[in-house]
Amino acid sequence: MTDPTTLTAAELGGAIAAGDITAVEAAEAHYARIDAVDGAIHAFLHLDREGALAQAADIDRRVAAGERLGPLAGVPLALKDVLVQRGVPTTAGSRMLEGWRPPYDATVVTRLREAGVVILGKTNMDEFAMGSSTEHSAYGPTRNPWNTDRIPGGSGGGSAAAVSAFMAPLAIGTDTGGSIRQPAAVTGSVGVKPTYGSVSRRGLIAFSSSLDQAGPCARTVLDTALLHEAIAGHDPLDSTSIDAPVPAVVAAARHADVRGMRVGIVRELTGEGYQPDVQARFDESVELLRELGAEIVEVHCPNFVHALAAYYLIAPSEASSNLARFDGMRYGLRVGDDGTHSAEEVMALSRAAGFGAEVKRRIMIGTYALSSGYYDAYYGQAQKVRTLITRDFEAAFARVDVLISPTTPTTAFRIGERLDDPMAMYRADLATIPSNLAGNSAMSIPAGLDSDGLPVGLQIMAPALADDRLYRVGAAVETALNARWGGPLLDKLTVGGTR
Amino acid sequence: MPAITRAEVEHLARLARLALPDDELEHYAGQLDVILSSVASISEVAAADVPPTSHPLPLTNVFRPDEIRPSLDTDEVLAQAPAAADGRFRVPRILDEEQ
Amino acid sequence: MTDAVLAYDEVLESYDPVLGLEVHVELGTASKMFCGCSTEFGAEPNTQVCPVCLGLPGSLPVVNAVAVESAIRIGLALNCSIAPWSRFARKNYFYPDMPKDFQTSQYDEPIAFDGWLDVEVPTDDGVRTFRVEIERAHMEEDTGKSLHVGGATGRIHGADFSLVDYNRAGIPLIEIVTKPLAGAGELAPEVARAYVTELRELLVGLGISEARMDRGQLRCDANVSLRPRWAEGEEPTPLGTRTETKNVNSFRSVERAVRFEMCRHAAVLSGGGTILQETRHFHENDGTTTSGRIKSDAEDYRYFPEPDLVPIAPDPEWIEKLRGTLPESPAERRRRLSEAWGFSDKDLQAAVNAGAVDLITATVAAGTTPDAARKWWLGELARRANETGADLDALGVSPVQVAQLQALVDAGRINDKLARQVLDGVLLGEGSPEDVVVARGLEVVSDTGALGAAVDAAIAARPDVAEKIRGGKVAAVGALVGAVMKATRGQADAATVKDLILARLTADS
Repeated sequence: MTDPTTLTAAELGGAIAAGDITAVEAAEAHYARIDAVDGAIHAFLHLDREGALAQAADIDRRVAAGERLGPLAGVPLALKDVLVQRGVPTTAGSRMLEGWRPPYDATVVTRLREAGVVILGKTNMDEFAMGSSTEHSAYGPTRNPWNTDRIPGGSGGGSAAAVSAFMAPLAIGTDTGGSIRQPAAVTGSVGVKPTYGSVSRRGLIAFSSSLDQAGPCARTVLDTALLHEAIAGHDPLDSTSIDAPVPAVVAAARHADVRGMRVGIVRELTGEGYQPDVQARFDESVELLRELGAEIVEVHCPNFVHALAAYYLIAPSEASSNLARFDGMRYGLRVGDDGTHSAEEVMALSRAAGFGAEVKRRIMIGTYALSSGYYDAYYGQAQKVRTLITRDFEAAFARVDVLISPTTPTTAFRIGERLDDPMAMYRADLATIPSNLAGNSAMSIPAGLDSDGLPVGLQIMAPALADDRLYRVGAAVETALNARWGGPLLDKLTVGGTR
Repeated sequence: MPAITRAEVEHLARLARLALPDDELEHYAGQLDVILSSVASISEVAAADVPPTSHPLPLTNVFRPDEIRPSLDTDEVLAQAPAAADGRFRVPRILDEEQ
Repeated sequence: MTDAVLAYDEVLESYDPVLGLEVHVELGTASKMFCGCSTEFGAEPNTQVCPVCLGLPGSLPVVNAVAVESAIRIGLALNCSIAPWSRFARKNYFYPDMPKDFQTSQYDEPIAFDGWLDVEVPTDDGVRTFRVEIERAHMEEDTGKSLHVGGATGRIHGADFSLVDYNRAGIPLIEIVTKPLAGAGELAPEVARAYVTELRELLVGLGISEARMDRGQLRCDANVSLRPRWAEGEEPTPLGTRTETKNVNSFRSVERAVRFEMCRHAAVLSGGGTILQETRHFHENDGTTTSGRIKSDAEDYRYFPEPDLVPIAPDPEWIEKLRGTLPESPAERRRRLSEAWGFSDKDLQAAVNAGAVDLITATVAAGTTPDAARKWWLGELARRANETGADLDALGVSPVQVAQLQALVDAGRINDKLARQVLDGVLLGEGSPEDVVVARGLEVVSDTGALGAAVDAAIAARPDVAEKIRGGKVAAVGALVGAVMKATRGQADAATVKDLILARLTADS
């Protein structure tokens, strides 16, 4: 029997539906892989073996009964710990929520169950999704499977590492400023931030409500599309959910043809500040797209240079309010309730003890930006910049079908390298943030390796509700690059001496 | 002149209900100054006539019908509370008056 | 510590009061503002909670459509403009009974603004009308309820800990804020009371809330400030510092709280002191207020648009459709009824203040004359309501039953005294007035033959009185009538008895 962990989600789903392999066998094989390699990686915070195996057994019963299930039925998945799952510990990477068991399921979790996807466990992340390295997890960093001295990206480093180290073929991430795409880029996997409002945020522990969006992570463009289709769609319990049909992403992923498409290079997201290797892989991708029949156009988005500043005001502002509820009164950590402290003091002590340094920094920045006297100059102004960035996108998409850029300015940096330099850390999101501010869709796919053998990502950006274009372009580039490399990039990866 | 003073950081910590010891306040004051200085340029970017975007979606009027849906089980909810008594959440004595 | 106060007359010699009233009304929707939990009053603690109203991580609000409709209807009834585009905002502050540690409210974009409500205050010179201008009406959510345990008083101060019930958290509230109300002078406390009374009648008329103050469904915060009087032709003096007296929970208390604050402010100001901008707490027992929280610069709510909700943009057709559902205004209704019933302004005002207008209307509709209906509801029934502390509509007798009772009186089958006994039976649940009359045998004895014996006995028993009447002192007949009534246990018709006695004694002479 083929090792189930080497299969793509599409292959594994097909094998389970055909009865060649059971969902229980698939889950057990992935748990065995996790047991073998996750000691070195630390992608998971919690494994729900009992729940996952019960769910897998249920899928097997239904397959045996002749029921026709979806393409991902029985396929294992790693869930970012920022999404609530009823009865399963959910921490968002924070000490604040240690031991908390949510009394309800996120809509994404409900959709996954309906698709028959088996949730193996919860993955590590920067605390409350604030970070670009997963070093800001209260439970210790996740390591990059390509080089365990390096960061796996963040905030969804656990999900990206789980996928790239073959511990799960699929994972769910969330992307507020690049938390799906940047980890995908630095781990050689695929990640998509869908159009804002196309995947329900209900049950997603909010970092920045107007930017947060859950999305799929996988090793191939097709697998990513299958997962995208499973989780997207209107949710009446999320007021910001779009009531429109999900773009035909799976069909697009199978239609790997860019002939006649207009592809724009964003001048402001290249050149200075980008690592030469990263720039070189990007230039090669551009050339490849030209060879594949795309028309390459250069576009300017002059306000993108202000995106980082706008983001680091808007996201912390919303976060300072979203994270207020963690006060030790109704759930989570409570510190100092010894009879000598008032509720007010216990709140402040609990929050000081429960939040890590990065979360505290951002809460204070956000509190500052919203406070009277500063609101107009900071938060108000950042919202205007958001308008300007959206207009830049609109102008660009009037000329081209998709935009492309490197996903990140650099490949994976060393663990600890930027911990004391918040601004250096923040610059990892330079190229990913504009799509969050505008609410557009965007994807990162592997574009090759740098001279240290670390993955480089190519970012593809499409207008809102045109997510299918990402998959069409992504699949075309993926097919061509795999042919050039003689197989997927991740086949070159060995973790802990295995594979 | 720093973008933010130590006293302002202290005030922010109080507003945000974070009990920070002196050395941490000092540390954060330095870092917040760097961060705020580097985002301060934003105040000069947009002209007055640029409308703000608070949200990427152009949706309006999203409502639900006035219908009762099941509530959570009280025991399940209180089981997650740091302290509970008599079917209620137990919290330390409250000093401040209600707003 | 007791605050010094100035006599009310003296206050007005030197100062002019300016009021601002903020009223919160809980809507009577079936479900909460942002989630499907029930709003039913009086449930076991924390049984009407869900991830949304508990503020659990990951939860998201969805706006209740009926709450929005109610807000628009209130706005229209208060003659407000309805915003073509309005938004929710987050008001950020920490408090244990507020699950998200921010309140989802509206800030600079309320759904309704710039309206007015006319209120009437009876004075010695007749009823005066004041126009109370409305600044805004906006939507928000209620908080949970804390029970303070330990300490001597059960109050927040001195408690050992608190127990929180979040059933109330997330119940829809409409906050209605007046513009500064000046020019009421000595009538300011009455105007404040009349405003809240009128507002309640309007809200109940709209059918959007029971608006019961005793259940906290209608809560009033009263802002009071004083400024020195100025001579005619001079520039008005600047507004004084205001205090906000919180949660004044009855109509009468609104009036008392305003009056007390006026007297307290005046004492401070005339003593050369300054008024602190602070919240005050009203005490029902002695009608005083005490200091609450000082409003300081530290209070910074950091409002920003609620990113989990989308704007509300009611189209004009929807607004006009809702306008079509408005009942006539309480004032119009009163004018109409006053004309139809022929009540004096004073009588009608009394009916309004007693909350009896609907009850009188229904009684009249059941066939009673307006005057008789008014006498029942504002007389005997009001007295009984006062005794038991119940509202008139919760007394246990329906307008139809009152009409039946009056019909029995009009038919001469019972007299006023018997009617009160019949009412006793109705209130005890013995059935309709007719049932009670039959079961208790309370019908008047008007058969002259049957009464004759009792009349003869009374005359025989008091020859002295009989002699006086024969001598022309007809007024003395009362003593004999009383004796007959007593003998017949009140079941005789007094007029008939009097006629019988006089007929016998004058016939003899």
